[in-house]
Amino acid sequence: MEHTDKKVLFGLFDDETQLLSAVKEARSHHMNIDDVYTPFPVHGLDQLLDLSESRLHIAGFIYGLVGTLTAFLGMTWIFVRDWPIIYGGKPYWPVPSFIPITFELTVLFAAIGMVVTFYTICGMGPGVKANTLHDRITDDKFCIAFDVSNTTDEENNAYHSLFQKYGASLVDTKLV
Amino acid sequence: MSAVISPIREPLIMGSKTYHQITEDICSPTEKAPPLQWILGFIVAVSLLSFGVFCILYQIYYGVGAWNLNRTIGWGYDITNFVWWVGIGHAGTLISAILLLFRQKWRTGVNRAAEAMTIFAVICAALFPVIHVGRIWMMFFFFPYPNTRGSLWVNFNSPLLWDVFAISTYFTVSLLFWYTGLVPDFATIRDRASGFRRKFYSFISFGWTGAAKHWQRFESLSLVLAGIATPLVLSVHTIVSFDFATSVIPGWHTTIFPPYFVAGAIFSGFAMVQTLMLVTRKTLKLEDYITINHIESMNKVILLTGTIVGIAYLTELFIAWYSSFVYEQFAFANRAAGIYWWAYFAMMGCNVLSPQVFWSKKIRRSLWWTFFMSVFVNIGMWFERFVIIVTSLARDYLPSSWSYYYPSWNEIGIFTGTLGIFFTFYLIFVRIAPVVAIAEIKSILKVAGDQYRYSNTGTGHHHGHTSFVADDGHADEDGESTVTHH
Repeated sequence: MEHTDKKVLFGLFDDETQLLSAVKEARSHHMNIDDVYTPFPVHGLDQLLDLSESRLHIAGFIYGLVGTLTAFLGMTWIFVRDWPIIYGGKPYWPVPSFIPITFELTVLFAAIGMVVTFYTICGMGPGVKANTLHDRITDDKFCIAFDVSNTTDEENNAYHSLFQKYGASLVDTKLV
Repeated sequence: MSAVISPIREPLIMGSKTYHQITEDICSPTEKAPPLQWILGFIVAVSLLSFGVFCILYQIYYGVGAWNLNRTIGWGYDITNFVWWVGIGHAGTLISAILLLFRQKWRTGVNRAAEAMTIFAVICAALFPVIHVGRIWMMFFFFPYPNTRGSLWVNFNSPLLWDVFAISTYFTVSLLFWYTGLVPDFATIRDRASGFRRKFYSFISFGWTGAAKHWQRFESLSLVLAGIATPLVLSVHTIVSFDFATSVIPGWHTTIFPPYFVAGAIFSGFAMVQTLMLVTRKTLKLEDYITINHIESMNKVILLTGTIVGIAYLTELFIAWYSSFVYEQFAFANRAAGIYWWAYFAMMGCNVLSPQVFWSKKIRRSLWWTFFMSVFVNIGMWFERFVIIVTSLARDYLPSSWSYYYPSWNEIGIFTGTLGIFFTFYLIFVRIAPVVAIAEIKSILKVAGDQYRYSNTGTGHHHGHTSFVADDGHADEDGESTVTHH
């Protein structure tokens, strides 16, 4: 998360069932949820928040394909064009011999590519400072955050009553 | 998460844990001063490591002549240890990738530590091909790069080169998979820490916040990595077996090698996981997370893969006889009754006979039996590689070149040195990282926690586990067929 002057109102719930109910209600009242933070992946949350399916696997497929082509075409170029050698009577273009390395590089490229993409799109990396709202979010609290930089009192009251209704154990604001 | 769980499944988390209690239990070993056992273990491990480093330096200075290899037996301790360590490195990715795809929830208790072992074992394994090339400073010749000699390229037909790619890919992918899984847990430690520790964990947790979108991507990434790591883990030992199977040595060039090696690798990998997990759960007081149930599950895998290995040994013998090929027949007769008969019987006894005790549920659930069996299996699997490599070479086609091989002090020193490397890294790991995947354990708490598994209501925070007996295969029979997450 980059540093902006954003005022966030957040509530912490003790259980994911409370969180899911609160998110459901907030969505049905068209409240503008800034983000939801949980200590572990809560299933069903992404549907409630209308998060579109991650396309990371598509990126992974493309990286894998790049790996396949790099390995296969690379070895082909080396053995057929750059320096043809007959090894043990095999043809210059011994396709079965290329299978293991082609497979390994497919996996290698897909894995490295996806992991780098994951950290990049999440804005994460070595030494990136986390702007966490509360220290217990990575422990046992489930957090809903609303951006209240430019909201009316009426909206803020609605947020507060939502937190109260679903039993938030802590409600606070923070500048992030 | 709202998966249907059979009512006879035993809980995977004991002690009526809350989310916060899980955090406390798993993070606390990284936050306290190390216990005495850890310090003693570390001293031993570092001593072995130091002697190993000395032996490696001596070998580099003196040359491969420091080993007892000769013209007949060109592979001895080095490749035996290489294959042994690669095999041990197979359990982690199997647990975290294949069991993830099979939706085996018990993997969450052991996957983190098993993956760590994978990485350390592969480091130990990779050391051997590197030092056995003799002129270690020429090691970069392994890699195809545009050089000034032509360019003169590597031989892509060679299984030894495939191995370079397989091992380096396996190491890289395992490391990425493991580290990415660790990031949310490092963030958990970060948010409990202060001062320097907070800075340190802040750096290595990559700015993790636990946002919903990040979790969604994280899960997508884990699933796809598991999907590609599954064929990868099977390919690695397949390719290691090609080092032998594509050669012309009787006893090596058999088509059974790939599945036989993969089963053996999983077998020895799980044995090493058992050895270390039994010690880890005891000393770090993680018995509630790595339960007798987890240990039994792993023993079942050991029984299955050990039996596959046994069938492979017998198939090899049968095919050697059935082939009517005298060299093949001699190679196998020589293994069982030749100069290395004792290695063959160590292998057969430890790998084929001893795991059969795990047909007994009582033994599968006994910590002492499991511990000794896991050590036996690793000894047996070491001898398996020794038998395959050394006995096949010692009696080759020309009786005039027959030879005998035993290790020099230097080879033994390097082997114990890799044990030192492995245990040193593991001991550092348990001090820095949570040994059990915190977030994953929390995500299965409501389907696998004992207070939820043994309650009638499904919301049973307040229902203790009243009737649970560890040896009882059946949980409650009160008709509860599902426990849903929400």
